[in-house]
Amino acid sequence: MVEAGRSPNIEILTSATLKSIKGRAGNFTAEVFQQPRYINEDLCTACGVCTMYCPRPIADVYNERLDITRATHIDFPQAIPTSYYIDPKACLRVNYQTCNLCAQTCTAGAIDFSQKPKNMKLKVGSVILAPGFGRVGHDVLEKFGYGRYQDVVTSYEFERLTCASGPTEGHLVRPSDQATPKKIAFLQCIGSRDVTCGNGYCSSVCCMYAIKEASVAKEHEPDLDISLFFMDVRTQGKGFDAARKRAEEKYGLNVIRARVPKIDQIDSKLALTWTTDDGESHSDLFDMVVLSVGLDAPEDAHAIADIAGIELNSYDFCKTSHGAPLSTTKNGIYVAGAFQGPKDIPESVTQASGVAAIASELLKEGRGSQTITVTYPDEDKALEEEEPRIGVFVCHCGVNIAGVVDVKAVRDYAASLPNVAYYEDTLYSCSQDALKAIAQKVKENRLNRVVIAACSPRTHEPLFQETLRSIGLNPALFEMANIRDQCAWVHAQEPEEATQKSKDLVRMAVAKARLLEPLAQPTVDVTQKALVLGGGAAGMTVALSIADQGFETVLVEKSKVLGGNLRKLTWTVDGQDARKILKDLVRKVEKHPKIDVMLDSELESTSGYVGNFTSTISTGGKTEMVNHGVMVIATGGKEYKPKGYCYGESRQVLTQLELEQRIAKGKSGFKTTKNVVMIQCVGSRGEDMEHCSRLCCSQAVKNALKIKELKPDANIYILYRDMRTYGFSEDLYREARQKGVRFLRYTPDNRPEVVKQARGIKVNVYDRLLGEEISIPANLVVLSTGIAPGENENLSKLLKVPLTQDGFFLEAHAKLRPVEVAVDGVYLCGLAHGPKGLEEAVSQAKAAAAKAAIPLVKGKVAVEPIVSRIDKATCIGCGICASLCPFNAIQMVKEGKRKKAETITASCKGCGICASHCPVLAISMGGFTDEEIFAQIHAFSPDGCGEGSEAEKK
Amino acid sequence: MTQEGYNPRILGFFCHWCCYAAADSAGVSRYQYPPNVRVIRVMCTGRIDVRFILEAFRCGADGVFTGG
Repeated sequence: MVEAGRSPNIEILTSATLKSIKGRAGNFTAEVFQQPRYINEDLCTACGVCTMYCPRPIADVYNERLDITRATHIDFPQAIPTSYYIDPKACLRVNYQTCNLCAQTCTAGAIDFSQKPKNMKLKVGSVILAPGFGRVGHDVLEKFGYGRYQDVVTSYEFERLTCASGPTEGHLVRPSDQATPKKIAFLQCIGSRDVTCGNGYCSSVCCMYAIKEASVAKEHEPDLDISLFFMDVRTQGKGFDAARKRAEEKYGLNVIRARVPKIDQIDSKLALTWTTDDGESHSDLFDMVVLSVGLDAPEDAHAIADIAGIELNSYDFCKTSHGAPLSTTKNGIYVAGAFQGPKDIPESVTQASGVAAIASELLKEGRGSQTITVTYPDEDKALEEEEPRIGVFVCHCGVNIAGVVDVKAVRDYAASLPNVAYYEDTLYSCSQDALKAIAQKVKENRLNRVVIAACSPRTHEPLFQETLRSIGLNPALFEMANIRDQCAWVHAQEPEEATQKSKDLVRMAVAKARLLEPLAQPTVDVTQKALVLGGGAAGMTVALSIADQGFETVLVEKSKVLGGNLRKLTWTVDGQDARKILKDLVRKVEKHPKIDVMLDSELESTSGYVGNFTSTISTGGKTEMVNHGVMVIATGGKEYKPKGYCYGESRQVLTQLELEQRIAKGKSGFKTTKNVVMIQCVGSRGEDMEHCSRLCCSQAVKNALKIKELKPDANIYILYRDMRTYGFSEDLYREARQKGVRFLRYTPDNRPEVVKQARGIKVNVYDRLLGEEISIPANLVVLSTGIAPGENENLSKLLKVPLTQDGFFLEAHAKLRPVEVAVDGVYLCGLAHGPKGLEEAVSQAKAAAAKAAIPLVKGKVAVEPIVSRIDKATCIGCGICASLCPFNAIQMVKEGKRKKAETITASCKGCGICASHCPVLAISMGGFTDEEIFAQIHAFSPDGCGEGSEAEKK
Repeated sequence: MTQEGYNPRILGFFCHWCCYAAADSAGVSRYQYPPNVRVIRVMCTGRIDVRFILEAFRCGADGVFTGG
């Protein structure tokens, strides 16, 4: 969010709605209507004084109306833009021309009631729809007592109640009496998997978020008794099953498989009655009930569809297909996130990157034509080399700091510190005019180091460094003392102590600033070519997208044909012809002038770093070198080969993929078929592999329905643990039930058994409703075998990209960087990342293509200045640093007779593990040198603690 | 502890990405804690050399807090 806010090429229009879109792909005109904020974003410093004085209380919508805010407010402290705004419906000044208190108290002068609503016309090449999801209607919640019983809350409300920055500061209380509840029930599938409210689909995210919320609640209140009522536990996300298992064990959550039809209140307790699948009824009393509310289509879905000219699906989500999940029915208009279908954060973020790739393909002709680039004057090297002349600026941050810390005393204290040539206090050092004033003072006084005592460098360092660059000073000559977030705000009742702490922090910052050196900000040229490993659906999609964005791509496939696992599919879950999708992809890849396909080939070795990789590819014994700037891992996975279940012993036992091939041949294969038994989770979810394979449940119902088409009187049994037909696949599950497919749940300690008989086979399974084991004679037993990882270990070692415990590649961050890996310039998609269906693999492939194209488009990679530097004269070549570096950013290079360590600056993240482990202290970290840190440690002591000691001189 | 007259001086080494960020958000949430710690920000706790910790004690720290 912060990055989007800071990019000069992203314009954020808040309180804005789309009125019309005219034109066609590549050349649209969008009409946008924007409501005023009444607060100038550029001037607002987000100090919060306006909210303090605003006399108009309104419900705090961000906190689910559980708290009160003011007409002048910000939704949450990290909001972007970091600016307050005024609710025009509640504001006295806007409605009655009175009050005006905020304008009078805003010392930054940011309040502006002269702002008017605006209509604007934007020329754009493509449109991306990402309106998110809507709320399930109140009427649905009322069925479960919501609104009638105070202690029935939604999961949104519960989330706020357990949040440290929420209305109760994270103290879990029940609304009726503010008492801490002892016993809580979570009811799943509220507004999901429920045709009576029109939402037949599964919302995909509620099972996991309920477990998360329950876990958080248990962390707050360890004695809580929490029961969760599921129909099926759908934690199919990557690593989710493991997280669920841990939570169940660690927090002792009671998982109950039942749907609670309604809630009654008895005295101050909530009474729940339910029936489990063994036919028994139960009832119990709870203090609080949480409704795990599903994700609905956005409220204005129809309006969006009308304006954009796109179609919706039967549930009012955007209509897309599994082969092209990010494309709407209108060319040039794309969709990402929950509007495309209910989904979790990783999938939303992935789709968001994916649409960027598609837009980039469409708009490649115009690329760079409207980009804003910021230029800076040359650095004043002479000034930088002079004896340090430090300027210290102490920020009031309105009353945020000055209300607690004696800012003027801190400023005067700074004057007494060595090398401080200028000192001043500023009201809001981050405001536009203050930045200008700081720049001017730095120039006037020929300052060559700047210390700002204010908020956190995490949020504000880039802003101040930008100011330094704008006047020709190296941004590394800057240091902050955090006297707001880590001082004034947390010691509000101890002004003297806080002032002393501020002085200490300023002293430490100045001590470091004296030793700061300018750091080079080099860029590295990028070889504008991509290497894609794996020629399955994901690999081909990546290659096509990168090539369509205008870059040469080498596609390396291990086998002799393109297609990977897609070759084994006949239909997609949404009923499309998988073979046609395959044929189209292969044709496009083979015809593309920018794609070089290498079949029967494998990666043998690779060296280099982002922008400049050199890889050796072996093709049938011969090797070839390829230079490339980026690399995508799309090496896929494989169908798990079952052990047991008479697989391989009887021709009547098949896997789902084998069944699919038989179905493709038509009716003839099912002439004599009476009974078909499908067994779910063969090999998955703890039988052999730990993970859930995510797609087998949908695959099973899809194939069951196909058999029903070919042989309507066939009896089909699906033996399952949890049916995980998440998203719109739930429709298939319901259809299968309606068509008479029988579903029997089994537990892992009582798995079904396949028995070979003299004639045919039978399946023994424990029937929970009958309470006894039954035998089903079967003509066909179909094993839902799931996805096993490919042979990833070699590649993992070669690229230094770690694997998960389940053997799939590990992404850099599950939610924020789902298609990147720990090594820069290497990206990840498809089954190599984890089990998933075609729709998700395609989205992910597009996302990987978008990320991989960034260095290719820029042509240069900016190197972080905070990198390790190795003094070769001191280095003894022991290699400890290279072995410890988590980013593969240190290489051992032969120089003369000895090996020396060398930092690959483009890959270095500046963590400093190398520096702290070097036995001869040959490594120094830019901005965090030993000398600088020692200086801070010495300054920590009020008397300087032997400043200039041996350690510091070194 | 402060009530008993013990007012320790603690030096903290906080990782930029996690502990330092957490200390910031404690501030945003206005959590109150004793003003005894002074923080040195590092880009990773892996940067912390054992010499830093020893030096901190030599410089009179009563405790060293590493957070990452």
